[in-house]
Amino acid sequence: MKRQFPLIIIFSCGLFMVVQYFVPHEKSEFFYEFIALDWPPIIGVFALMLGVISLTRVSITRIRRKTEAWRYSIVTLIGLFVMSAFGVIGHHYPPLSTAFDWSFNNIMIPISATMFSLLAFFIASAAYRAFRARSVLASILLVAAIIVMMRFFPLGPLTSVVGKTSDWILNVPNLAAKRAILIGVGLGIVSTAMKVVLGIERSYLGKD
Amino acid sequence: MRTTHCWICIAATVFICCVLSLSAAAQVDEPHSDTLIVDSTTIIVEPPPAPISNLQVVDLPNDHGHAFHLTWNISADDLGGRNNVLQYRILRTPGWAGPLTEPQGDGPQWRNEQGTWWHLVEGVWDTIASIPAGTAEYFNRGGKAREGNDYSPDDVGFSFKILSVGTGGAVSESAIFGPVESSGQWYHTGKTWVVLAVLIFGGLMLTMVRLARGGRELYIRPLAGINAVDEAIGRATEMGRPILYVLGLGAPDEIATIASFTILSRVAKKVAEYQTELIVPCYDSIVMTIAQETVKQAYIDAGRVDDYNEDMVYFVTQNQFAYVAAVNGVMLRRQTATNFYLGVFYAESLILAETGSLAGSIQISGTDRVTQLPFFVVACDYTLIGEELYAASAYLGREPILLGTLKAQDYAKALLLVAMVIGVIAGILNLGWLTDYFALNI
Repeated sequence: MKRQFPLIIIFSCGLFMVVQYFVPHEKSEFFYEFIALDWPPIIGVFALMLGVISLTRVSITRIRRKTEAWRYSIVTLIGLFVMSAFGVIGHHYPPLSTAFDWSFNNIMIPISATMFSLLAFFIASAAYRAFRARSVLASILLVAAIIVMMRFFPLGPLTSVVGKTSDWILNVPNLAAKRAILIGVGLGIVSTAMKVVLGIERSYLGKD
Repeated sequence: MRTTHCWICIAATVFICCVLSLSAAAQVDEPHSDTLIVDSTTIIVEPPPAPISNLQVVDLPNDHGHAFHLTWNISADDLGGRNNVLQYRILRTPGWAGPLTEPQGDGPQWRNEQGTWWHLVEGVWDTIASIPAGTAEYFNRGGKAREGNDYSPDDVGFSFKILSVGTGGAVSESAIFGPVESSGQWYHTGKTWVVLAVLIFGGLMLTMVRLARGGRELYIRPLAGINAVDEAIGRATEMGRPILYVLGLGAPDEIATIASFTILSRVAKKVAEYQTELIVPCYDSIVMTIAQETVKQAYIDAGRVDDYNEDMVYFVTQNQFAYVAAVNGVMLRRQTATNFYLGVFYAESLILAETGSLAGSIQISGTDRVTQLPFFVVACDYTLIGEELYAASAYLGREPILLGTLKAQDYAKALLLVAMVIGVIAGILNLGWLTDYFALNI
């Protein structure tokens, strides 16, 4: 029963969601909104508490055991609790609310922007690795990439030709490959959903 | 004498011309049916445009109710005739009136959450929309929340009429159509082909599963990424370094994340058997909770429950780049031997994969996000492309039932291919009736 009960819940919810897709009636929408839209935020709030507890416990364990780079865990805990305090107390005491905004705008946003900007360098290194012409296919990739990149350059009389070739590469072979992947993804989604709903795939519940 | 005659003729001609001129002037000054004299000022009033005709209103099909579909033939003076239609004004009766401080009359009424009363008013024409000239269709979609200002009740008869508003402001009314009631439907007829497709696919799946259960050998093409999983876990064991499993940024209700849970289960079981360390940093706290249970169950199944540590699976943050920074930190500090990136990924995919590549880890990735696939292909050793991510669990388990579902997927793809070829041929031969017959109306 311990194994069957979750399967019954999954089957019932899955079946309901499938049927709901074909029933546009208001009553069907009501249950959809109740189950699929209202429940997740409620569960999410409690799960967030579990997440914060997990992060705190892991950080404290690292500090206590003085594992590698344990000092970062102190920064994590300070950030977690100080920002939470600024946010919660600042709701009633405006100066702390300002401190929250200041910290977010001057610490969090620049750090995030720094991480994001690393992407430019990683794209360059990844492109270098991808475009090495070691085989026929890699050479085709290299030529296609050069043409697509060159459409942004002013090339005088060649601009129009390069632009049209680039559009053809993007709209014909590239789009065909993309759609092939998307069709496979669509079938895979239906298949996985059916496997989970019908209880065929139950590895995440453990052994039968 | 002749001179006298001439003068008489001239005088008569002048007299006649004067009379005609005066007469014409009198005619000009006389008010026309379309003009108005007010205090010596002449205001030209344009005649109203011709009204629209053949107004039809039906309950909007395949919806949750509270909506109507209006169609009509445009005014003869719209895009033709005097070409003086500015807009069409759509009117509806009855309407819900309020807010009131107390109930009024005996008719249908309700009190909203703010404590104000609304009641049904018969015979009051509400303007529900003004739409530009040249339009011959309107969808009157009302709200379903009784508290909302746009609430449009079901099972209440509404009558409609349309005013054709001229450029000069004059209006002409159409005939009234109604009453019509809106209602929700219990089946979306536009999705019948989807039902059939699901039934065919489900039937294929069950058939293949039955065949597989009966002992039929089903050939499934090998996937390099899946074959490398055992090798990658073995490498980590030999090196004595941990394995990093990243579930991505997806919510737990996304199929890619669900597929990732099933792979995590298989990977965790092998990791438990090999007694290697597993690290699963999570972006979503619900995903973390499910992942903890999945890993724990895998350790129980492997008979290594004592080795399970709850801190293997932990929550990091729900900020995209803060999460990336934390995971990259783990990769570089712990020198993970193997990294799995399976699930939903966005811009962080390349940052993660390149960092792992720099750290010298074996990397196996998989996602259904087409835009992120090139980054994984470039930076990882093995990549599960699209549907391969969903199939990975079946490959790892090698259970006949799961392999049967993969085979069904292959047959479904073959059917789709045939359908596409037929569609292309129908398109080339201009067989519109064939393509229209299979069209979805979602």
